[in-house]
Amino acid sequence: MRRDYGPLWPWSVAGLVLFFGIWQAVVSAGLVSNFVLPSPLEVLDRTITLLGRPFAGYLLHEHVFSSFMRFLGGFSLAAVIGVPLGLMMGRFRLLEDIVTPLFEGYRYVAPLAWVPFAALWFGTGIGGPIMVIFTGAFAPCVINAYRGARLVDTYLIEAAQTHGAGEFRIAKEVLLPGALPSIVAGLRISAGLGWQSLIGAELIVVSSGIGYVMVQGQSNLSPSTVMTAMFVIGLVGLGIDFVLRFVEARVRAKWEGK
Amino acid sequence: MSDIQFDGVTKVFGRGGKPFTAIGGIDFHVNDNEFISVVGPSGCGKTTLMRMVAGLETPTDGEVRVGGEKVTKPGPDRAVVFQQFALFPWKTVRKNITFGMRSRGASKAERDEAVAHYLKLMKMEGTEDSYPHQLSGGMQQRVAIARSYATDPGVLLMDEPFGALDAQTRTIMQEELVRLSHVNPRTVLFITHSVEEAVYLADRVVVMGRNPGKIREVIDVASTRKAEKWSEEPIDDVMEMPSFTHLRGQVWRLLREEMGEDI
Repeated sequence: MRRDYGPLWPWSVAGLVLFFGIWQAVVSAGLVSNFVLPSPLEVLDRTITLLGRPFAGYLLHEHVFSSFMRFLGGFSLAAVIGVPLGLMMGRFRLLEDIVTPLFEGYRYVAPLAWVPFAALWFGTGIGGPIMVIFTGAFAPCVINAYRGARLVDTYLIEAAQTHGAGEFRIAKEVLLPGALPSIVAGLRISAGLGWQSLIGAELIVVSSGIGYVMVQGQSNLSPSTVMTAMFVIGLVGLGIDFVLRFVEARVRAKWEGK
Repeated sequence: MSDIQFDGVTKVFGRGGKPFTAIGGIDFHVNDNEFISVVGPSGCGKTTLMRMVAGLETPTDGEVRVGGEKVTKPGPDRAVVFQQFALFPWKTVRKNITFGMRSRGASKAERDEAVAHYLKLMKMEGTEDSYPHQLSGGMQQRVAIARSYATDPGVLLMDEPFGALDAQTRTIMQEELVRLSHVNPRTVLFITHSVEEAVYLADRVVVMGRNPGKIREVIDVASTRKAEKWSEEPIDDVMEMPSFTHLRGQVWRLLREEMGEDI
């Protein structure tokens, strides 16, 4: 058993303070050049600056917004295609047997590996980044919908069939709600992976986005800009996870006991 | 017309592995609006027999015809009441009861009327908007039965519907089912482990044997029930009447022979 240390948040805060404190101290003491490693205070300062002064054409939050829209595009596409596919694989053995080998192979190809083809097929348009985010977010949507559908009691499906429901209605009214807790858990993982794939996606975008800020920061020899972008990526990712965690908890609370 | 015709129905399980003959050639006819109870030792294939009528299993040989039509897949003309109730946990009582009606395209007015009708019949008024988990087991099974009746099937298939209920609830449900099938006569195939239940409910009791599953004997109850006016007496009194205990004993003896050393 893990030892009980009482309330946990003070420890989390202490950990953060210690981490940033040491980091700041190391840079301030001149042990590392701030060109190699910008200090937390510099990053904070840079963040505030970029919110008020355009960099690479836009303000920081405008970059974040355009990145987030691309993320939403890729993520929604993954969910809209992946969830029904997973449900159908859980329902039809034949489809499962056809899709599984392809799917298992695809899963181990990192989203970043799709960047060259995304560029080749879509150029610098919106399609490229969406495709890369999609490849990152797709697998958990399929896997969790599939597992969720497999866990739906057989007799519920049979009850639906013997009361006249066709396949579409079984999917919509039995498999989907039955698999919902698993699907939502999958969407959370999927959103995380999709957001992570974003930078790879934005390496091929030339005009805006948080990944573009990083690339520009690098070529402008501004480590604090690169670090600022990393900081923002982490922060937005945390925000997405927070929202989906909340949704997941709500779904679970509603489903448990039923 | 919703009679059921079994024509040389055989079911062999075990693709790949050792084949197992669950049903070994059954010829039987269930009349329209007749209530048939099926009893038999475990493994005699009674559930398989029912599932073939439902279209959830396909016979290896022979065919099942309902109302003259060969059964090939499940359909709302053959609604099943399952032992595990099989209510949709995420749907309210109202949505559960009207599930099959919506397959048929019943109007909102028709559906509302059916919900009110069945809830009143089952003394469950006011539970329309409850979810299944908020109801007792007996109430859940009432909703499942209402769902099947409301679908308006020609044939009702019940697979040990009261098997998961406690003794008192079970007795009440048996009485209600008799009442319901009076108001709303249907062709019923009722699978059970309970000899009392089988005799009390049925027009005819089918006793099955196993290895392979087959019909051992068919016992007529309807004439006795009519002559002795069972339907006018409470269930406990009926079960103590000599006419009832005689039939029960007859079914029991057949069943005991079929069970052999398992007893």
